Amino acid sequence: MSHPAEPTAIHDAAHEHEHGGTGVYAKTLIALLILTAITVAAASFDFGQGNVVIALFIATIKASLVVLFFMHLRWDKPVNAIIAMAGFLFLGIFILFCLLDFDARNNYLPSNLHAVADVPLAPGTAPAGEVLHTNPAAAAEGGEKK
Amino acid sequence: MDHAIAPATRIGDQPRPKKNYLNETKGFWSWAGTVDHKRIGIMYLVGVLVAFLMGGIFALLVRLTLLTPSHKLFGKVLLTAEQYNRVFTLHGAIMVFLFIIPAIPASLGNFVLPLMLGAKDVAFPRLNLFSFYLWLTGALMAITAMVFGAVDTGWTFYTPYSTTTDGPVTLMTLAVFVLGFSSIFTGLNFIATVHKLRAPGMGWFDMPLFIWGIYSTAIIQVLATPVLGITLVLLVLERSFGIGIFDPRIGGDPVLFQHFFWFYSHPAVYIMILPGMAIISELIPTFSQKTIFGYRAIAYSSVSLALVSFIVWGHHMFVAGQSQLATVVFSALTFLVAIPSGVKLYNWLGTMYQGNIKLDTPMLYAISFLVLFAIGGLTGIFLGTLATDVHLTDTYFVVAHFHFVMVGGTVTAFIGGLHYWWPKMTGRMYSEAWGRVGCALWNIGFNMTFLTQFFLGSKGMPRRYYNYLDQFQPLHAFSTVGSWILGLGLFITAAYLLASLRKPMDAPDNPWNGTTLEWKTSSPPITHNFEEQPVLEREPYDYRPVLVAK
Amino acid sequence: MSTTSVDLHTHSGGHAAAHADDPHHQHHFTTMEQQFDTSKIGMWLFLATEVLLFGGLFVGFGMMQARYPREFVEAHTHLVRWQGALNTVVLLISSFTMVLAVQAAKKGDKAKQVLFLALTILCACIFLVVKYFEYSHKYEEGWLPGRFYSYKGDSIPACHAAPPGEAAAAAPAANAVPCTNGYATFFSFYFMMTGLHGFHILAGIGVLSWILIRAKRGEFSASYYTPVDLVGLYWHLVDLIWIYLFPLYYLIQ
Repeated sequence: MSHPAEPTAIHDAAHEHEHGGTGVYAKTLIALLILTAITVAAASFDFGQGNVVIALFIATIKASLVVLFFMHLRWDKPVNAIIAMAGFLFLGIFILFCLLDFDARNNYLPSNLHAVADVPLAPGTAPAGEVLHTNPAAAAEGGEKK
Repeated sequence: MDHAIAPATRIGDQPRPKKNYLNETKGFWSWAGTVDHKRIGIMYLVGVLVAFLMGGIFALLVRLTLLTPSHKLFGKVLLTAEQYNRVFTLHGAIMVFLFIIPAIPASLGNFVLPLMLGAKDVAFPRLNLFSFYLWLTGALMAITAMVFGAVDTGWTFYTPYSTTTDGPVTLMTLAVFVLGFSSIFTGLNFIATVHKLRAPGMGWFDMPLFIWGIYSTAIIQVLATPVLGITLVLLVLERSFGIGIFDPRIGGDPVLFQHFFWFYSHPAVYIMILPGMAIISELIPTFSQKTIFGYRAIAYSSVSLALVSFIVWGHHMFVAGQSQLATVVFSALTFLVAIPSGVKLYNWLGTMYQGNIKLDTPMLYAISFLVLFAIGGLTGIFLGTLATDVHLTDTYFVVAHFHFVMVGGTVTAFIGGLHYWWPKMTGRMYSEAWGRVGCALWNIGFNMTFLTQFFLGSKGMPRRYYNYLDQFQPLHAFSTVGSWILGLGLFITAAYLLASLRKPMDAPDNPWNGTTLEWKTSSPPITHNFEEQPVLEREPYDYRPVLVAK
Repeated sequence: MSTTSVDLHTHSGGHAAAHADDPHHQHHFTTMEQQFDTSKIGMWLFLATEVLLFGGLFVGFGMMQARYPREFVEAHTHLVRWQGALNTVVLLISSFTMVLAVQAAKKGDKAKQVLFLALTILCACIFLVVKYFEYSHKYEEGWLPGRFYSYKGDSIPACHAAPPGEAAAAAPAANAVPCTNGYATFFSFYFMMTGLHGFHILAGIGVLSWILIRAKRGEFSASYYTPVDLVGLYWHLVDLIWIYLFPLYYLIQ
C-alpha cells in the first residue's frame, strides 16, 4: 500500500520551454510543405491503385508531424497519445471490417432486372463482380416492364 | 460471525452535519444551475426514472395488444397495426436512448464516482451540468416527436424504410443525436476524473471495481457514440436530400446503414451492461463481507469487454446481406466476447463462497442478477452461432435474450444499486420487508414475461409482429400476465422508496459495513463530499477489523 | 465487529500553497498543474470523438468509392487541384501560427499572442474564401449533392427522377444506356465532408476570436494559458482532417 502522497510539485514552466520552440515548429512546417509538394507531384503520375496508397501514406506522415510536433504529443504525457491512438485505431477497425465485408459480397442480379447494354469502362476501373446500374426513374414511373 | 448489520458509524464521533448537499442551498435555481455532481446525479435519476415509466407504459401497451390475436380489450381493438408499430418503436427508443444508456452512469455514477475516488467533484462540473441539459433537450425533442405521431421504424431505424416512411423521423433522429452528445460528454468527464482526481494513495488497482466498470463504459461512450452521431446525420440527409448512401433506389447500400448503426449499437449494449456489472462488483463483496475474488481479473475483464465489444457488431447482420466471410469472422469474435463476462460471473460466485452472506434487498437483487444475466448471456451464444441464428434471428428468442441481459441484467443491478446507495443519497432507509416483496414480484413477473418468450421465439413467433397464429396465444397471454406482475413489483418498489422520503433523515453513514470511500462520509454527504481530503490506506474490499492505536 | 472510520485522515499539506492566488483555479483540483493536465486529457478525448465523427464520413466515402469506382474517378476531375493545394498550404501555415501563439501565451508575450492569433484567423478566412469560390463553381455547373445533381456532361448519364409529364418519353427501351447515381453520391460526400469541415473552420474562427480578445486583455501567462493550448489542439485537428481530405478528393485521378 503506497504512502500518503506528497503534494505535487508546482510544474516548472521553464522546463516546458525546452520542448518545442520556434525552430522545431518552423522545420516541421517546412517538412509539411515539402511533403505537400511531393504528394501533388506524385498525383500527376499514373501508378494505378498505387496512387491512393502513396497519397494516403504521405498524408499519414504529414498527420504524424502535426500530431507529434504541433500538437506536442512528442513531449506530452503518454495518456494523451494513447487517447489519440485509440481514436484512429477504432476508426481503422470500422473501415477494415466494412471493406472486408463489401469486398467479399457477391452482387447478385435479381432475376427480374435486366442487365442493360455494356458501357465501355475506362482502363483500370473495372469493378470486381457484376455491377448493375438500375434506372430508378423508370421504376418510379410505375414498375418495370419485364 | 453473527447476522447483524454493523452498528451505525460516524466519522470520529461527530454528530450528523446539519447542512448537507440536499439542504445547504434551496430554491429552483440552486438545483437548475448546480454544478454539484450529487445534485446532477439526482436530477438525472428523476429524469431517467420518468423515462423508464414512459417506456414501461408503452411496454404494457404492447403486451396488452398481444394478449389475444384479435388485439381486443373489452371488445375494442386496443391498437391498430400502424399504432402498434409506433408504440413498440417508442418503447424501444425511449428505453434504449432515454433510460438505459444514461441511467446507471449518469445517475448513480455521477453521485458515487467522485465519492469513491475521494474527490470533491468530477473533472468538469460545468460540462456535467451541460450533459444533463443535453439529455433533457433530447428527451423533450423525443416527446415532441411522439406528439407529432411518432415513428414506426423500430428503434433501429433501418433503411430504406426509415428514409422513406412518413412521420417525424428527422426529429426523432435528431433527438437521439442530442442524447448521444450527452452520453459522450458524461463519458469524457468520467475518464478525466478517474485519471486525475483519485485520492492520494489510490493507485489504479486500489480503486473500487465500480470505478473500473464505469471507466470502461466511458471508453465506449467516447469512442462509439460519435459514429452513431454521424450515422443519424447521414440518415437525416438521406431523407432530406437523397444523398444516395443508404437507399437502394438511389444507388445506396442498406447494409452499409446497418454497419454504421451497429458499430455504435453493439458497443452500446456494453454501455448498458458494464455499469450493471460494476454495481454487482460492489454489492457482492459488501454483502458477503469478504474481499472480492480476483480483483485484477474483474478489472481487466471490464476493460477487455469494452474493447472487444467493438469488433463483433456484424452478429446483428448475419441474415441482412452481409458477406459470408464477414459473417463467419464476426461469429467467431462473438464467442470471444463472452469470455470476460464469464470471468466476472465466476469471480462473483467465488467471492460469495464462504462469505458471511447478508440477504438484504440489494443482495437479493445482486443474486437475481447472477441468475438472470447468466441466462441472458448464454442465450446470446445461441444467437452468435450461425446455424442456430438463422432460425432464431428476428424472433421472440432475440427479444427474450436482450430483455434478459438488459432488464434481468442491467435494470436488476440498477435497482439493487439504488437500494444500496439510497441511504447515502437520501439519508433514509427504506422498508426492508417491502423491499423483499418488490424483489420477489420483480423476479416472478420478469421470468413469466420473458422466459416464455424464448419458447415463443424458438417455436417461430417473429418479433415486432402485430398479427400472430392462434397457436401462440397461450404463451403470449402468459407473457402479458407476467408483465402485469412485473409492473406491480416496480410500482410497489417505487411506492416504498418514495415513502421512505417522508421519514426523518436518520440513516447511518455506513449501514452495510462497506469499505469504499463513499461510506466514510455522512449520509447524505456534505456539499463538498468530505470534511478533509481522504487518503487511502487500505486495499479495496478489506473487511478485516481495523486495529485502533490507543 | 470491524470499525471503518479510522483509515480516514487529514491531508492538507500543500493545498493552500499550490494555488494561493490564481483566479482560474477551480476548487476541486489540488494544484493548477493537475487542473491543466486534466483539461488536456479532456480535450484529447474530445478530439478522439471528432476523429470518429469525421471518420464515419471517410468510411462512407470509402465504401461508396468501392461501389462506384468509375464515377468517383471521373467526378474527381471536376475539382480544381490548385485550389485544394492552396487551401492545404494555408491551413498548414495557420497551424504554424497557432503553435507560435500558444508559445507566446506561455511566455506571456501579449503582442506576439495577438499577432499570431490574428494571423491564424486570417488564414482561416482565406480558406473559407477559396471554399466559397469552389462551391459557387460547383453550383453553377450543377455538381450538387443527391437529388440536386443536374450536370449533364458525364460519360454515363446520371439518374434523374423524370418530372411528371415526361414519363412516357423517359421510359427506356430494352437496350437503352443505363444511368448511375455515382456522381450524385460523390458530390453528396464532397459537400458533406468539406461542409462539415468548413463548419468546424467557422466554429474555430469564433473560438479563436474569443481567445484573441482574452489575450488582448492579458489573461494568459506561464501560470495559465490552458485555453490557448486547448484551442490550438482543436485547430490542429481541423488541419489534420484536411490533410486527409485533400488527397482523397483532389489527388486521386
